[in-house]
This record gives sequence, structure tokens and C-alpha cells, in this order.
Amino acid sequence: MAYLDSTAKTDLRVSEATPKDYFDLLKPKVMRLVVFTALAGMLAAPGPLDPIVGFIAILAIAVGAGASGALNMWYDADIDAVMSRTAKRPIPAGRVTADESLVFGLILSILSVLTLGVMTNWVAGGLLAFTIFFYAVIYTMWLKRSTPQNIVIGGAAGAFPPMLGWAVTSGSITLEGCVLFAIIFMWTPPHFWALALWKMRDYDDAHVPMMPNAAGEKSTRNQMLAYAVLLAPIGVLPYWMGFAGVAYGVVAAVAGAVFAWLTYSVWKVAGADPKLKAEKRLFGFSILYLFLLFGVLLFEAVIVRLGVFA
Amino acid sequence: MSDVKDVNDQGIELTDAQAKARKLRSVAIGVCLAAFVVLIYVGTWAKLGPALFIRQM
Repeated sequence: MAYLDSTAKTDLRVSEATPKDYFDLLKPKVMRLVVFTALAGMLAAPGPLDPIVGFIAILAIAVGAGASGALNMWYDADIDAVMSRTAKRPIPAGRVTADESLVFGLILSILSVLTLGVMTNWVAGGLLAFTIFFYAVIYTMWLKRSTPQNIVIGGAAGAFPPMLGWAVTSGSITLEGCVLFAIIFMWTPPHFWALALWKMRDYDDAHVPMMPNAAGEKSTRNQMLAYAVLLAPIGVLPYWMGFAGVAYGVVAAVAGAVFAWLTYSVWKVAGADPKLKAEKRLFGFSILYLFLLFGVLLFEAVIVRLGVFA
Repeated sequence: MSDVKDVNDQGIELTDAQAKARKLRSVAIGVCLAAFVVLIYVGTWAKLGPALFIRQM
């Protein structure tokens, strides 16, 4: 009896996790970007789209992205605890266990894929399943800890949402969807390495081979410049291919040039500034860049669908 | 045997914070499940519409 009592009081863990802790497992900030880019792809794609089905599709994509976030937090709990940026996440903070996060992530993954497949089409459903697999297994479990190219290849997971949105409406994987994928794919390395350059010590402590730690700052800056220069013309491709309008073309050209210029500044300063102002400026603008491109794409798509100029 | 029964009757005493968190989680699960059912119901109508009633005899 006494043994059972002490067991109940010491070994049995009763959770104090609130719904907000579980919501935090979904990485809401990442989810916002996923919803935004997927919505832009979904509305820019040709073909009829029922608003209710579209709403459910976006919700399923958001939950699927969140599920992959929960799976990422389950696997990465050990390194999250070491890095200042992630130490307050629900698992390292002790509010949710890793097992709870795993089950939560798996259930949401299955439900989101089935919902998207049944409600829209199985190309989109299959692509969502692949995206979750890519982020949770290929990136989190395999690449993140083994190669400094982790962000480059793993960034593909973040690039799938607009392609997914396109597949929801068109029912297929097309060149246009691939171009939207390429924009985020090329954008990810300079965006993330700008952050990594001033959070290097964190990644070092966690033994995560980010490019600045593994290949050195000079090589990282060279690669960032190469990606930014390639991104500028790719960003304008939707206009040249005819699935985005003039407003998009102008914004993408100007923003692409600014992005390349800011990356050139990072390359030129080459770490001489201890406050890393150029890196921080580039990181801030990189978020604005993606917001501008997909925001204008979304805006134009809404105008076309509403027939404002018809 | 009676010892085991006693333990079961007594259960685990939750602290206020634990009880509050459990209640919040239960409400959240209930709301999410209800929302999911409504979504599937409305989505089925939106996707199939009148075709829902067309059956081959």
C-alpha cells in the first residue's frame, strides 16, 4: 500500500500541458508561412475552386505542416534544449513529453493527409504525405545532424506548400508549381544562413553542422551570394511564364535586386562588423521578400478570380 | 486485494494546476473533434452537392 502510494506520487506523471502547449508543437510561425504560400499557389492555379473545399484544403495543409513540426520537436528535443532559440519549446521546458509529441504528430499527419486526399485529390494528398515525410524523416532525422547542406535539401520541405496549393486546384504537378517551389528553395539558404551566421555558437553547442560552423563563414557567404543571384531571375519567372501579372513582375524584379544587393553587402563586409548588421538586415528583408512575392501573387489571383477587371 | 481497491478508490489527487490543465485539454479535444465532424459534413456537401442523392439502382 505504502509502495503503491509512493509510486502514485512520484512515478506517475500527470500532465500540466495546456492546449497552447500542443498548439506550440505545431510551430505556428512556420504554419503561417505555409498557409500563406499554399493559399497563393492554390488561387493562382487555373481551374474552378469551391471556397469551402479550398478552406478545408488550406486547413489540412496547415495541420499537416504543424504535424511535421510536432514530429520535428519529438526527434530534436535533445538539441532544442541546448539552443537558446528553442530551449523554451514545450518538450525541453518539460510541459509535454517527447512521446506525447510523437503521437500527436502522427495522428495529425494521418488525419490531414486523408482529409486533403478525400476532399480535393490524391495528388495533393500524396504530396502532403511526402512533404511531412521529407521534413520529419529526410531533414530532421537524417540530414540536419549529418551534413552542412541540411538547410539546402531540407529547405525543400518548406518549398512544397505553394506546389501543394497548385496541386489542390489543378489536380497535377506542373511546371508552374515547380517554379513556385524553386523560389522558396533558392530563398531558404541565404535566409537561414543569415540567421546561422549570428547564431553560430548555438548550433556549435548543439553539434548541428550548419554551414558557417562546418564550412566556414567565407564559404557560407560565397554560397549565399550565389543563391541570391540565382533567385533574382527565378523570382520573376511566374511573370515571364504568364501565370502572374505585371505588378508581380515589377515587385519580383525590384525585390530580387534588393535581396541580391543585401546579400552582396553580407559578402563584402565579410564579418568585419562584430554586430553583424548586414546579416540581420538581410534576414529581416528575406522575410519581407517572400511576403511581397507571394502577397502580390495572391492579390492578383484574387482579382482575377473575382473578375474585377472583367 | 482490498489494498488495491483502496488505491483505485483513492486515485491520484490532482493539484489545481493539473486539474485545470486536464479540463482545458478535454475541452480543446471536444471542440476540435466537433469542428472536424462539421468540416467533413460541410465539405462533403460542397464537394458532392446534389450528386449525394444520385444512386444507381
